[in-house]
Amino acid sequence: MSVIVSGLTKIYGTQKALDGVSFEVKPGEILGFLGPNGAGKSTTMKILTGYLPQNAGNASVCGFDVNTQSMEARKKIGYLPELNPLYTDMYIKEYLLFSASLMGITGKEANEKVESMISKTGLNAELKKQINQLSKGYKQRVGLAAAMLHNPEVLILDEPTSGLDPNQVVEIRNLIKEIGKDKTVIFSTHIMQEVEAMCNRVIIINKGKLVANDAIENLQKQMQKAYVLTVEFKQVIDLQILETLAHLVQTEKNGNTYKIKATQDIREGLSLLAQKQGWLILSMNLEENSLEDVFQSLTR
Amino acid sequence: MLSIYIKEIRSFLSSLIAYVVMLVFLLAIGLFTWVLPDYNVFDYGYANLDTLFSMAPWLFIFLISAITMRSLSEEKRNGTIEIITTKPISDLQIILGKYFAGLTLVLFTLLPTLIYYVSIYQLGAPVGNLDSGAIWGSYIGLFFLSSCFVAVGMFASAISENQIVSFVVSMFLCFLFYNLFELIADFKLLGTWDSAVAGLGINAHYESMSRGVIDSRDLIYFIGFDVVFIAATKTLFGGRKW
Repeated sequence: MSVIVSGLTKIYGTQKALDGVSFEVKPGEILGFLGPNGAGKSTTMKILTGYLPQNAGNASVCGFDVNTQSMEARKKIGYLPELNPLYTDMYIKEYLLFSASLMGITGKEANEKVESMISKTGLNAELKKQINQLSKGYKQRVGLAAAMLHNPEVLILDEPTSGLDPNQVVEIRNLIKEIGKDKTVIFSTHIMQEVEAMCNRVIIINKGKLVANDAIENLQKQMQKAYVLTVEFKQVIDLQILETLAHLVQTEKNGNTYKIKATQDIREGLSLLAQKQGWLILSMNLEENSLEDVFQSLTR
Repeated sequence: MLSIYIKEIRSFLSSLIAYVVMLVFLLAIGLFTWVLPDYNVFDYGYANLDTLFSMAPWLFIFLISAITMRSLSEEKRNGTIEIITTKPISDLQIILGKYFAGLTLVLFTLLPTLIYYVSIYQLGAPVGNLDSGAIWGSYIGLFFLSSCFVAVGMFASAISENQIVSFVVSMFLCFLFYNLFELIADFKLLGTWDSAVAGLGINAHYESMSRGVIDSRDLIYFIGFDVVFIAATKTLFGGRKW
C-alpha cells in the first residue's frame, strides 16, 4: 500500500474536522478525494504531508509513519497545496531549483531535472517571466512541476484545477494524468466530472466522516436507479395532463422544458401522450445517475 | 538550511531590501561620523569611532526589524509556509537559514565602515594613534548585538502574519532588551539587584566588549540570548502543531 490512513481524527478547538477516517491507496492508483467545502479534504492532505499533526489515528506513506518518520515520508511525497502558494518574486527556473535544493537535489542533477520538468509541463515559452507575471494556468504548471520534480512516489494535489478556465482545466488534468501514470495520485476536488474523467476510485467525505470509498461504477450502481428525462416542447403544455403518466415521480418546469423523474423509462408513454395531445417534442434526453447525484445524496 | 539561506539572500538582493538597508545605514552613520555638527570626528577632536558605535545600535533597532519583519510572517501570509514545511527539512533548519541570512546582511552592512577605521587611523596625530583593541572589541560587540536583534526580529516575525505588527513588536523588544533594563536599573529602586537587572540588557554587555575585552560572560550572554530567542521562534513557528 502506498498510503494507509486509519482512524484519522483532527480536532480544531471544539470542532471535529476529521472523525476516524480510514482508507488505503494502492500504488499506481489515481484516487479522487471528494467532498463539499470544509469536509476535511485539505486537513487530511495536510496531515499526510506532515504539515499538521493528527489528534488520533495513524497515517503512513510508502511505509513511513508521517509523524515518527516524517522526513522519510516527506521525501516520497510531491505536494501541491490548496491555492497553489508560490514565491511570486522568483523566476520559474529559480523557483524550481530552490524546490529541488529543498529536496536535497543540487548541482547538475538539479539542472537536468528542472529542465526536463520544464519541458514536460510546457513552461519553455514563459521562462523569462517572474512567477507573478504568469497566468493562473501557468502558475499551476509551475506548482505541479515543483511538486513532481523529485519524482515522488505519491502525489498529493489539493484542488489542482480550481479557479482555472475550462481549457486550462483540461490541460492540467491531462498533465496530471500523463505525469501521474506510474505514481500514486490523491487529488481533491469538488467537481464531480473531474473525478469521473480521471479516477479509478473515489472517496467521499462529509463533515469529517468517510461516506463512500469505492470504484465509480459501483457507487453509481449502489444508488437507487432513477431515470431523469429532460423534454423540450414547442408549446406550453398542460402540466396536469402530463402528470397523469404512469411511474412519474416528480416534474420540474423551466419554460417549455420539463425535467421529469420517473422510476422507469417512460419515453414511450410520453411520446404516445404527446401524440394524442398534439404536443410537439423538440428534444428528449434520458440521464442515468451521475456521480453528482451520488455526491449530493451522500453529503446532504 | 543552506537552500533556505541562499534563497533568503537572493530575495534580499532582488527586493531592494538589502540595498536600502545598507544605504540608509551607511548614509546615517556617515553623516553622524563625518558631517553633522557636535557628533563628527573633527569637532570631537578624538581619534576614535565612538559615534559609530553609539549610533549603530539605535539604527539597527529600526533596520534589523525591517529586515526580519517579513521573514516568517510573509511565508504564513502567502501560504508558502506549507511548501517549505512539507519538504524534508526541519522547522529549525528553516529558521536558522533565515536567521543566518539576516545576520549576513547585517555583517555586509557593517563591513564598509571599516573604511572609517582606516581613515581615522590615518587622521590620528601621530598616525595610528587610536585604541585598536577597543575598536575591534566594539565591532565584535556590535556584531553580537546585531545577532541578538536578528533573533528578536525572527521571533517577532513568527508572532503575526502581519509584517507591520512584526516590525513594531520587534522594535519594541529590541529597545527593551537593548536599553530599557538599564534605564530601569537607573531608578535605583532594587538595591543590590540593580546591577543584575542592568545585566539583563544587551547594552551592559555591549559596553563591556567595547572596552576591548572579550569576556566569556558576555559571549555566553549573547549566544544564550540568540539560543533562547531562536528556540522561542521555533516554538511559535511550530504553533500550527499545537
